[in-house]
Amino acid sequence: MADWNPGEDVLAVQRGPEPGGAGGAYRAFGETLRGLKTTFARVIEGPKTIQYPEEKVPVYPRFRGRHKLHRFEDTGLEKCVGCSLCAAACPADCIRVVAAENTPDNRVSAGERYAAVYEINLSRCIFCGYCEVACPFDAITMGHDYEMSDYNRSDLIFTKEMLLAESLERTPLRAEGE
Amino acid sequence: MTHFALVSYYEPWYAQIVKAVVIFAIGLQMVPVILLVERKLLGRFQARYGPNRVGPFGVLQPLADIGKLLGKEQFRPSTSIGFLYALAPIISIVSAVAAFAIIPFGDVQDIFGTGIGLYGLDVGIGPLYLFAFGAIAFYGLMLGGWASGSKYSFLGAMRAAAQLISFEVALALSIVGVIFTAGTLSLVEIVEAQRGMWFVVPQLVGFVIFLIAGFAETNRTPFDLPEADAELIGGYNTEYGGARFASYFFAEYLNILVVSGIAATVFLGGWLLPFGLDPPGWVDPLVVLAKMFVFVILFIWVRATLPRLRYDQLMSFGWKILLPLATLNALVTAIVVVATD
Repeated sequence: MADWNPGEDVLAVQRGPEPGGAGGAYRAFGETLRGLKTTFARVIEGPKTIQYPEEKVPVYPRFRGRHKLHRFEDTGLEKCVGCSLCAAACPADCIRVVAAENTPDNRVSAGERYAAVYEINLSRCIFCGYCEVACPFDAITMGHDYEMSDYNRSDLIFTKEMLLAESLERTPLRAEGE
Repeated sequence: MTHFALVSYYEPWYAQIVKAVVIFAIGLQMVPVILLVERKLLGRFQARYGPNRVGPFGVLQPLADIGKLLGKEQFRPSTSIGFLYALAPIISIVSAVAAFAIIPFGDVQDIFGTGIGLYGLDVGIGPLYLFAFGAIAFYGLMLGGWASGSKYSFLGAMRAAAQLISFEVALALSIVGVIFTAGTLSLVEIVEAQRGMWFVVPQLVGFVIFLIAGFAETNRTPFDLPEADAELIGGYNTEYGGARFASYFFAEYLNILVVSGIAATVFLGGWLLPFGLDPPGWVDPLVVLAKMFVFVILFIWVRATLPRLRYDQLMSFGWKILLPLATLNALVTAIVVVATD
């Protein structure tokens, strides 16, 4: 076996020292104590768990959660003009926009037209944020909500009213440098 | 020198029954407590909380576990041998409870005018009795694994058999030094012999060997090869579920208590306290329980720390290191005892 050459491309395996007799036992004992010390340090450190339903992980400011539609703060008019650019940009094809004309007595948005139907199917959405990028009026942005589970798929199709409404619970925002 | 059941007082028959019931009840109550302590502490060792949802601080978790297990179907695989399959957990639990009987929780106390020893029984062959029941407990594991008719169970049972036999030798030999020094096999007298100094000091080697072998005897990490969840699913108890699994579980934790109790009795002076403290008799059981808990916590700590040994490492460790060391310890102790006598 000694003169057998496995070839140039075979690397010799580096092995640690054999455990040996008394020296090995001594080393194993020392390492055991070191391990015990390591685990005990975790007790002193205390738990790192975040008790989820009661305690939430704060999100970063640019976290892409559930979408929000916005209104102008001064006039209360919707920012969305029903241009469907978001729907065009959406890679998951989860946005449906049906536009309608604003009339003088039914003025919904600031532009010529408004979104009569604006639906996002959140069970399809991949939260890529392209809709937010595509929107010329910053009418749609990605919010911070991430708790969107539901019992029915149809309940996950969010309508315009749901997207315009303020979310019931605020997701905690991560503080600067946290 | 060796005498059988040196009883210097008379215990009425009903006292025996009451004692048996009380000690069994204590054992029964202790198991859920360690179960919870283990899960909580294991959590802390892993920087998490452990169970904290059922009841305040999760204290009802063991109850919920047991309730769940008892509510399950009595299932058995079609390849199993019915009678043995049902018998095996019972053997395990009976031997564990029987071994628990000899742990002395205190000296003879005067309760309502009758002298009653705070232990199940003080046999003149204490450690031998313990090892006898340890050997019977191994039938529980072996039968359970074999009668399940499953490969994993069988492998686990085989491992358990080999492991328990190898480490029982070292376990027995590690106590021999103490028996030589104390000159008795009665656990109560071994405790009394520690009035001056606990045996952990002169018998430190024996103590360490006893602890390591005790880990192996109770199938705890790093010697939990019979269970080895990662490779054998659950070892000998793979095919068990419901109440039968619960009894295996119970026996396992009772065995931990027994080993802790024996270690506390034989090496840490049982109910004796250091620095000449001599509390009233009713404190004795609490002292023993506290000492047992120190060992239980050590068991948990080690479980949180050490990974499982490889099988050949386990065997060579048992036979090549522990056994010679234990023998040497016994020999040296014998020479010292004879030379200083």
